[in-house]
Amino acid sequence: MSAAPAGTTEQLPASARVRRLFREQPVVPLLGLLAILVAILLTVQPGILNRPLGWANGIVYFAVPLAILAACQTLTMLTGGIDLSVATIASMTAYVMATQAPSQGDPAAILIALALAAGVGLINGIGIGIFRVQPLIMTLATGLVALGGANVYQKLVLTAGSRVPEPVAVLGSGTTFGVIPNTLFLFIPLALAIMILLKRTGYGRMLYAVGDNPVAARLAGVRIPQVLILLYVLSGLLAGIGGIVLAGAAKTATLNAADAYLLPSVAAAVIGGTSIFGGRGGYAGTIVGALILRVLLGLLGAMNTPEPIRQIVYGAIILGVAAAYARVTDDG
Amino acid sequence: MSAPAVAAPAARPGIGRTIARNQWVVGLYLLLAALLAFTFLIKPGYGPADIESLAISVLPIVFAAAAQAVIVIAGGIDLSIGSLMALTNVVAAALMAQSGEVGAVGVVLLVLILGTLLGAVNGILVVVSRVPDIVVTLAMSFVWAGAALLVLGSPGGSAAAWFMALADGTFLIEWLPRAFVTMVVVLAVIWIPLRRSRLGLSLYAVGSDRVAALRSGVPIGRTKIAAYAIGGLLAGIGGLSLSMSTGIGLPVPGPYTLGGVAAIVLGGVSLAGGRGGLMGPVAAAFILALIRLDLVFLGVTSDYSQVIQGVVLVLVVMIGGLVELRRRRA
Repeated sequence: MSAAPAGTTEQLPASARVRRLFREQPVVPLLGLLAILVAILLTVQPGILNRPLGWANGIVYFAVPLAILAACQTLTMLTGGIDLSVATIASMTAYVMATQAPSQGDPAAILIALALAAGVGLINGIGIGIFRVQPLIMTLATGLVALGGANVYQKLVLTAGSRVPEPVAVLGSGTTFGVIPNTLFLFIPLALAIMILLKRTGYGRMLYAVGDNPVAARLAGVRIPQVLILLYVLSGLLAGIGGIVLAGAAKTATLNAADAYLLPSVAAAVIGGTSIFGGRGGYAGTIVGALILRVLLGLLGAMNTPEPIRQIVYGAIILGVAAAYARVTDDG
Repeated sequence: MSAPAVAAPAARPGIGRTIARNQWVVGLYLLLAALLAFTFLIKPGYGPADIESLAISVLPIVFAAAAQAVIVIAGGIDLSIGSLMALTNVVAAALMAQSGEVGAVGVVLLVLILGTLLGAVNGILVVVSRVPDIVVTLAMSFVWAGAALLVLGSPGGSAAAWFMALADGTFLIEWLPRAFVTMVVVLAVIWIPLRRSRLGLSLYAVGSDRVAALRSGVPIGRTKIAAYAIGGLLAGIGGLSLSMSTGIGLPVPGPYTLGGVAAIVLGGVSLAGGRGGLMGPVAAAFILALIRLDLVFLGVTSDYSQVIQGVVLVLVVMIGGLVELRRRRA
């Protein structure tokens, strides 16, 4: 978006202008889709209107971890990468935090856990940035390593007991004034920071540049290895934060807690208009994408759809939105 | 290794790359042999029966890797292979429960056709929707997994006796498992004619350079759909191999999508497309299985073995990346 050419709008026909709008502001049509889904949900389950806040909070509690994990995919996809280790990192972080909390105290436990998350991200970054390993395979492999390590760790601390620190539980599932989910106090600043990082900082521009044309970026003086290493460390940290928030929402931490979020995190970024080939996209769309996926799940649950049909519809909608998006924004 | 490449006649510029590619595969088979030797060393009683169970357990992952390899060579990737295998597996199991021994022949043919069609659906969606392969097949992985649950709500069904015998027991000598023979025959029947055909050449052309392929008159869309259809056929065979080894249908996708990706990358198939074959991925699947087995024999718990497998995968692809970098600079 930041790289969009300006000044040619007036000669374009209306349809092309609509396309340009959709391409540059994918949030607008996505919000429309979200509104339609909510409207359908309200007709299917009018009881929601009796307790709209409780319902909205229920969506937010689990949409926030998804949106945070989807941030990892958005950032890495901008450079043409992907991070398949986010689910493992998220679960591992939450689990380490919960098991270290009784002995180390809450703040230290959270810091230890986040340091581990950043460490896995660093390994990803070194493999991808310096050794040029495909991001897909690198993050897949580090996910395996981290999961195995976490399993070993689980055996070691089995007797020590685990608890989700109270502040984390309050953050993940409490409300302020009984209406505002506390996660938003973490998520809104975080989301703003990510958007500012992408749109207003030199580093954000480098991410787009690397994804758009790595050769041109390198010739323009971008130090690609350093950019990528920092990117995957950031992605690891974000995954860790997402895991902690999820543990707070679920009030428990297990080693497969975030597994179900891996593919939806990729889907949320894709639905939100971020190109998996890099160079195009943004975080605002991803947030709406995450909301759409959560509402969709709620809708399918409300309609008492059997699990198989639910999966089929879920897949079909991801594909449908992505295809519609590709069609609308295609220049050809 | 770069010296002969430079000295090669200019008329055959691909020869250096061919040597390097085969070096990787040769290296893999040497590694496999070393691992086998190591296995005999640490477990003196390791015999024909163990080889047999190794071959049976590797069968599904080999077909998953072969399916992925054909698609990746053509420049795509299919994240729905695991779900496709689950779907074809339950269809085979559900139908064989009613078909009887002779009717099972029809079931096998039907499942092969089904796999090809479902793969073609993936390919058509990729080509028509113009959505990246990874996204389309990710979405379709939900669809196929859901369909598998519709066919069989819980593990069940059965498999014909003659069908299970294809993977059970040994062939001629006791050191040659039937599962291995089945694997080699099936892969050879599909891959060798394909590799020599015009379509096979098109797969590599589309995968290595779309624009060049288009300008040389290769029908890109049709080639890609064909790649996904062949991938679907191989995934269907993978689903059948699950029936063969378990005798039932399991409506939950196994770890075959990402396992297959790992095997092809280790097997020298470039995820960027256009390079690699089936020999490497087959060896890689055996290597990954043998590493797991050896770790069990060494008394390493399965958790550590997961770590070690991941580390092996990382190291191997890093070395591959370094080799690639040096070759480009040379």
